[in-house]
Amino acid sequence: MYVAAKGGEKAIRNAHALLGKRRRGDAGLPSITLDQIAQQLTLAVDRVMAEGSLYDVELASLAVKQARGDLIEAIFLIRAFRTTLPRFGNSRPLDTGDMLVRRRVSATYKDLPGGQLLGPTFDYTHRLLDTALGGEGGEYPVETGSDAPLAMPRVTDLLGQEGLIEAAPQDDGSEPFDITRAPVSFPVDRATRLQTLARGDEGYLLALGYSTQRGYARSHPFVGEIRFGDVEVVLDVPELGFEVSLGTVQVTECQMVNQFKGSAEVPPQFTRGYGLVFGQCERKAMSMALVERALRWQELGEEPGSPAQDEEFVLSHCDNVQATGFVEHLKLPHYVDFQAELDLVRRMRAESPAQMKEAAE
Amino acid sequence: MSIPEQSSPDNALQRDRQGLMATLARAEAGEIDTVLALLAPLPSAADLRPPEVGLVMLRGRTGGDGAPFNLGEATVARAAVRLADGASGFAYRLGRDARAARAAAIIDALWQDDTRRAAVEAVLKPVRARLAGAAAQVRAETAATKVDFFTLVRGED
Repeated sequence: MYVAAKGGEKAIRNAHALLGKRRRGDAGLPSITLDQIAQQLTLAVDRVMAEGSLYDVELASLAVKQARGDLIEAIFLIRAFRTTLPRFGNSRPLDTGDMLVRRRVSATYKDLPGGQLLGPTFDYTHRLLDTALGGEGGEYPVETGSDAPLAMPRVTDLLGQEGLIEAAPQDDGSEPFDITRAPVSFPVDRATRLQTLARGDEGYLLALGYSTQRGYARSHPFVGEIRFGDVEVVLDVPELGFEVSLGTVQVTECQMVNQFKGSAEVPPQFTRGYGLVFGQCERKAMSMALVERALRWQELGEEPGSPAQDEEFVLSHCDNVQATGFVEHLKLPHYVDFQAELDLVRRMRAESPAQMKEAAE
Repeated sequence: MSIPEQSSPDNALQRDRQGLMATLARAEAGEIDTVLALLAPLPSAADLRPPEVGLVMLRGRTGGDGAPFNLGEATVARAAVRLADGASGFAYRLGRDARAARAAAIIDALWQDDTRRAAVEAVLKPVRARLAGAAAQVRAETAATKVDFFTLVRGED
């Protein structure tokens, strides 16, 4: 028997109205402004931009507000928004070597040119709740040092000068694959992996990166360098015939330096994994670099067999918008499917009364 | 849409114009409004292209210096105008402020008029100073967090 059912419009309408009211909370309190979210919940906004794969601080702040702080919901909102806009073009590759550095540390070299700049970090805090923040309004004086602009070469460039680390794959002028424009079929190239990981879920990549440290695809990583700061966005504008600077975006870059690979032609040298993420998302950039390195097992002649090395598995499940869509669809009505299975299990029981009797005893 | 061919400008002029457009991309909408107001009276401006908002795919390089990959998109507002006296101006700015992009395009067009360039540069000076000051402040605050290592004990007797 087939039964078509319809209904719920009024319930849905009322549920959405209630969602609006609950989102607003106590109407006696001021509504939080987008500027406040952007300035004071900066790292939430950064995560929404990174995984929403769209750099726009104001939109990401709006998404955080609308999603009541549910960052995956906010990321979903951003992804939906981006589909409404035309694309003007592709930027020149960002030059992370020419960054207004806000933080830069290396775990491999103590005295590197430009120095170790801790910047605004949670590292070395005692992770004690600061109850004073509950009702704050204070000034936050900071020290300043000499702002003499220092050249800050990437650590991988320093190692590269001595040939001690593998070179990055050369730019042969070809257009990188774009997962937002064409369906992905495995195996994929490194550019496709990097794009997929850059918008991948932080928690998922953190867990996979962690697994590589615990012995699943061991690759003996060091943080060659982490840097966070502002980089210029440059676009070739055809109607002008020259390139134009569109402003700056903030990114976090992680260069992971890993154990060796050599061959008959090339003496042993360090290998590398790379992470680059919108905003200040250090945990994500590090996790990305670990996973990116693990995925290169074949190219580097390593033993496969660990979850983080399984390209199709890693890349097919790292998008939290896709993941949440498929997981959460399970709560939508499946009445007819379930009715069919209910009938099936009843029929199976009816057809084998003897077995049922045995099972009952 | 038809946009007139740009006469091939000499390199220094093009570099200066790129510097101007970079400043206008970083200026706040309010600063752009102030600059325009200071340059009044203005010739009327017609849209060569209506101001619009779109996306640019930002690329990175594998390892920071290698082959490019697609990192993620950014919102961009752009505009193109032609002034009544003939010069055309363009603007591309990160973000979604199409009105500010149009105002920036007008400033770009005014700048190309030899007789107005000095005036445009003069009113932009405070904006450039504000931007340079903000970057210097970031560098100075960050510099104070630089680690000074010192040796506690040396191993020899």
